[in-house]
Amino acid sequence: MNLKSFTFKGGIHPPQYKRYSEKAGIEKAEEPKVATIPMQQHIGAPCEPIVKVGDRVKVGQKIGEAKAFVSAPIHSSVSGIVKKISPMDTPTGSGVMCITIESDGLNEIHENVIPRGDIESLSRDEIINIIKEAGITGQGGASFPTHVKLSPPPDKKIDTVILNGAECEPYLTADHRLMLEYPEKIIYGLKALMKAVGVNKGYIGIENNKPDAINSMLKAAEKEPNIEIVSLVAKYPQGDEKRLINVVTGRVVPSGGLPMDVGVIVNNVGTACAVANAIQTGMPLVERVITVTGSAIKNPKNLLVKIGTPFKDIIAQCGGYKETPGKIIMGGPMMGLAQYTDEVPVIKGTSGILVLNEKEAKIPESNPCIRCGKCVDVCPVNLQPLFISQLSLKGKYEDTQKYHVTDCIECGSCSYICPSKRPLLESIRVAKKEIIAKRKKS
Amino acid sequence: MENRLIVSSSPHIRSDETISRIMLDVIIALLPATLASIYFFRFNALKLIVLSIASAVITEAVFQKARKKPVTINDLSAVVTGLLLAFNIPPSAPWWIPVVGSAFAIAIAKQFFGGLGHNFMNPALAGRAMLLASWPTIMTNWVTPGADAVSTATPLAILKVNTAASAEQVAGTLPSLFDMFIGNIGGCLGETSALLLIIGGIYLLYRKVITWRIPFTYIGTVAVMMLIFGGGFENMLYHLLAGGLILGAFFMATDYASSPVTKKGQIIYGIGAGLLTAIIRLKGGYPEGVSYSILLMNVAAPLIDKYTSPKVFGEVKQNA
Repeated sequence: MNLKSFTFKGGIHPPQYKRYSEKAGIEKAEEPKVATIPMQQHIGAPCEPIVKVGDRVKVGQKIGEAKAFVSAPIHSSVSGIVKKISPMDTPTGSGVMCITIESDGLNEIHENVIPRGDIESLSRDEIINIIKEAGITGQGGASFPTHVKLSPPPDKKIDTVILNGAECEPYLTADHRLMLEYPEKIIYGLKALMKAVGVNKGYIGIENNKPDAINSMLKAAEKEPNIEIVSLVAKYPQGDEKRLINVVTGRVVPSGGLPMDVGVIVNNVGTACAVANAIQTGMPLVERVITVTGSAIKNPKNLLVKIGTPFKDIIAQCGGYKETPGKIIMGGPMMGLAQYTDEVPVIKGTSGILVLNEKEAKIPESNPCIRCGKCVDVCPVNLQPLFISQLSLKGKYEDTQKYHVTDCIECGSCSYICPSKRPLLESIRVAKKEIIAKRKKS
Repeated sequence: MENRLIVSSSPHIRSDETISRIMLDVIIALLPATLASIYFFRFNALKLIVLSIASAVITEAVFQKARKKPVTINDLSAVVTGLLLAFNIPPSAPWWIPVVGSAFAIAIAKQFFGGLGHNFMNPALAGRAMLLASWPTIMTNWVTPGADAVSTATPLAILKVNTAASAEQVAGTLPSLFDMFIGNIGGCLGETSALLLIIGGIYLLYRKVITWRIPFTYIGTVAVMMLIFGGGFENMLYHLLAGGLILGAFFMATDYASSPVTKKGQIIYGIGAGLLTAIIRLKGGYPEGVSYSILLMNVAAPLIDKYTSPKVFGEVKQNA
């Protein structure tokens, strides 16, 4: 089937690098011997451990309790004995409280993990509560607690749910494989999300570089008159929430606003899968599909990995390093986080492990800005990165507000395109952070 | 192994665009016109072009060495400046004209203001303006193409003398439009062949080194102005093909450092340059107006940028 493809203004066309792993079907990763599960894997307040050293835990058992509203509980991904509760390095920061569990390999499922019924019989609040108790957070990478998204203030009328299947980051193919192999789960999850916010219009946006995924989802949605599959032009950052909303619905999220301001809630296709699991089997978010890829990985794969598995173990399962790794990134190459070590664990927001070789990892030398204006051309938010960066590098953070620095979505298109290889996004981030910190103080 | 991992802020991949690649593209785009000028104006053209480029590159290297800065002649930007300056001098000029002009362009217009990316006007045009002000006779001494170069006037100078006359009345002295199109006319080294310059311009557009905004609005504005005020369609064609308009619009006005970066700003800049060129050609004392129009718009570029900041996505609240 051929759908017309839609897109936004600006953006870039980086090489895709998807061929490494796009044909590799999802495999179940080996059971980790030791799972290191951080108490903070999401945006919001960290969780409090509710188990003690020496306790025996089972798969799906809650081990971290969320005390605040913007937070998500954390569950054990293995059955075994709690060995240690201590601050450790995680992909998102060092010194994060972690629970280390030694797996007994039995995979004993906790007694609370039972099917929760079906969408028709569950109420809105019940669905939101299931999602909350399952510790589901956005699977796209930002890890915002999903139940918070589904609980907008009463004055925001939501009428649309969009699933994000754009997967516009180069290299990553996990969502692509999910759409090929588990389309009915994604549809089920979408229907649950639609019911949770009481809307009857759902969309799934997919970039047109994945025609097989579009066809797979079209087929799965055949009998769903309320669900529409939207083909998107393959262009980065097509999967950015606000770009996606604009392309799919034509609505413009106001500057500084949230999708709910225009009546839309956006979730990743992976999140929909996690929601389907939580309802159908009762299993909380303890594992996820990640792409292990890059030039320095021997056999790139898409793996279903338990949260807490060290990167090192997963890389070993992909045949190890083909050449000396230069950079290990959690996520994609455009927005992913570079890691100091391969000993950090997979967390809920790990969409991929990308390992670049030494040559690719080399940071290019920065040259003077030649004012070519390419960064202005590609910025999807219409910012002028060169001017913001210039001010930021001089320490004039205040002045960057005149150039709307806080509207930056940190997609990195400006740094990517810059012929002088200037650290545009890096310096913009610094200014943004300074300004937000100052606003909080006052 | 761990200690050798590189950790840096995203994005972790960069495009393969570089300054030297952009400059190389400009040189490639100028190559057809360069070869044509050597064909039309023979050894003199070759000599002037080589001297101009050499002077630009050497000046840049010496200046940077003297200031103990890294020498960046490998980025090819000085080569582009030298080549463009050569394009802007008459084929009959003595050897020292391009040498002085390029040295001025690089030292004064570029390096004094901070080097690459900081020049507030196009260095090659600044060099030309200085030469024109200092040695006006040399800079306006035109010859016909070919081996036995004889003195001639440029088509624009002829049009200027015959302001009131229509194209038919001056047809005896004006070269044919076809000759003007391929470049078989008197003029500066590089500005004569509209055809080859347009081919170069298309290459730059294809390589995305420049966008349509500046050249199209610039040439379009001149076309409209000449059609209305310049004496009809044929005169308009003469004005488009003659002088440095095509060269200026595609290669000089598009200089990154001295033109606006905003999309709207580039359109305003192009229209402004077009208006100025038309006014100078129709009402001014000079037959040619491209250099000064671009230089004037260069100076206005920061102001244009300031007032054409694009509206940020979602800046105006909208409820669909």
